[in-house]
Amino acid sequence: MSKAFTPTPARPGVITANDLREGHNVWMCDGGWTPDPKRATVFEDEAIADLALLDAIGQAGLVVGPYLVEAKRGPDGPEPVHFREAFRQRGPSNYFHGIQAKEDAHV
Amino acid sequence: MFDVRPVETDYVRHRAAQFRDQVERRLNGSLSEDEFKPLRLMNGVYLQLHAYMLRVAIPYGTISPDQMRTLAHLAQTYDKGYGHWTTRQNIQFNWPRLVDIPDMLDALADVGMHAIQTSGNTIRNVTTDAFAGAAFDEVTDPRPYAELLRSWSTDHAEFQFLPRKFKIAISGGKKDRAVIAAHDIGLRLVERDGKIGFEVWIGGGLGRTPMLGKVVRDFLPEEDLLPYVEAIIATYNLSGRRDNKYKARIKITVHERGLDVMRAEIEEEFLARRRDFRGADREALAIFKDRFRAPAFRNAATEVYEAARAANPAFRSWTDTNLHPHRIDGYASVVVTFKAPGQTPGDASADQMRLLADLAERYGHADLRVMHDQNVALPHVHKSDLPALYDALKAAGLATANAGLTSDIIACPGMDYCALATARSIPIAEEIADHFRAVDLEEEIGNLNIRISGCINACGHHHLGHIGILGLDRAGVENYQITLGGDAYDIPAIGERAGAGFPAEEVVPAIDRLLRAYLEVRQDASERFIDAYRRLGPAPFKAALYPAQADA
Repeated sequence: MSKAFTPTPARPGVITANDLREGHNVWMCDGGWTPDPKRATVFEDEAIADLALLDAIGQAGLVVGPYLVEAKRGPDGPEPVHFREAFRQRGPSNYFHGIQAKEDAHV
Repeated sequence: MFDVRPVETDYVRHRAAQFRDQVERRLNGSLSEDEFKPLRLMNGVYLQLHAYMLRVAIPYGTISPDQMRTLAHLAQTYDKGYGHWTTRQNIQFNWPRLVDIPDMLDALADVGMHAIQTSGNTIRNVTTDAFAGAAFDEVTDPRPYAELLRSWSTDHAEFQFLPRKFKIAISGGKKDRAVIAAHDIGLRLVERDGKIGFEVWIGGGLGRTPMLGKVVRDFLPEEDLLPYVEAIIATYNLSGRRDNKYKARIKITVHERGLDVMRAEIEEEFLARRRDFRGADREALAIFKDRFRAPAFRNAATEVYEAARAANPAFRSWTDTNLHPHRIDGYASVVVTFKAPGQTPGDASADQMRLLADLAERYGHADLRVMHDQNVALPHVHKSDLPALYDALKAAGLATANAGLTSDIIACPGMDYCALATARSIPIAEEIADHFRAVDLEEEIGNLNIRISGCINACGHHHLGHIGILGLDRAGVENYQITLGGDAYDIPAIGERAGAGFPAEEVVPAIDRLLRAYLEVRQDASERFIDAYRRLGPAPFKAALYPAQADA
């Protein structure tokens, strides 16, 4: 589903993946990958997003399964559009112990 | 109790060492993710919504106290303090780091456990009745046969790349508690003219095309078990569809080609293959039967149990719901449900696992069973020990008297954890359980199986629920379809879709209307929901679910 997403100015997107060693969710940001989705780089241009995704795929030593996903601009940074991505960012609804419970840090 | 042999421990240690090397090569760049993925899946390692997930096999659900303590150790050391029982007698750890998984596999190997074939298109964990060796209605203990199948299928060279995953279940009781009709192969132990054998079912399965299995052999002598099962899987391996993942299970092969065609091919293959089985399998079966020797049951008075039942209504309620009759007088099998208020169905903390290990040693002949319905059983407890066992469980929050009741819900991890899910299961299960406890209707409703899946793959077995709930994504919103009339145990049945789905916040009110309608229309308190549904058909229940349509 999300992997077919194409960003436009009206529907910007971010690139997300799982960290290879830890498994947790990360988002592409300036200078690498962050577990904080608010710090994710927002893409509006399809060509630039495709190049960034190719770059992400090339970082197989750091991340697994990168893909583009729709986001919307919020006051503190990009926010998820689809509930699946909201759950990925927030962590499971039965326990407060996903990445939401951790201090952010760059990969 | 089953004893793990040194050769088996050596084998799983070897496999763990292989995987450690594979992880190192993935991390140093020698293996790409595409190369590594099938290797990690061969060791039960998935990459899920938030993290890696390790699925550990608990063959036929039988687990010793030391093995349970090892699971507790893994939960505490490498996860977030808990594990999750699955419907196929596995445990899943939801948060391990890839770099830690080789250490986890080493720890499992120390107690003869592993994650081999808990994933991939191969023969998965062989499951059976959680009360095996204890049940009052048992033809014979199914676990030696399950162990024979496990030993034979582990790393079976011919069956490592089947068209799809392959699941086998064995039932030893006259009542099926292993859900054999929903498995690729279901084996029901039967006795004919004093001889033990199997009624063999094939082609059952759930998912997006739910089907009940069909009887392909009404009596298979026990000595022919391996060659016949091998013939079934070999036939499927050749004729199963590899062109379409969603049509690759044996249920589709049986459906498309017909049972008679499949039966003829299986019988032909069986005759050819039986010659290759020269008796070693029967020798192995004899050894396994000896290894599953019954514990030394004791003959003791049960007055303390009867006195406690008379004096303590809470204890009596727990014994009414959570005990299963044992084949030995004075004994019972105890169901410990992991469905307490506020608890994620099937989640067990490290402390709870350790407590169960201790209690099994103290009161249960050091035997534990992981159940199909995400609970844990102590199969052999003398009734005189039940008051003390109950007190210990109650102190730990594990004495919830709800086995088989409304809140004893099977729920898959759903979109809270699973990368495939399209909606959440856990919050819906929790809300339903909380609601019916709050309105104090659970006891009045009585036996009821609610099953919830977070996607069409049906890991929560919603098709087999008296009430099934399927979570879907409808235009970016969680939506839940309800099925009625499914049955896993008594008369196997696939539930029928009741109508349009409900938004998440409307599921509990809908189930409330449904069950209040059941209380109105049932003949008396002994008529279960599923019995009333069978007697009356779906109309009164659909009317309750969709009152606006009924009024129109």
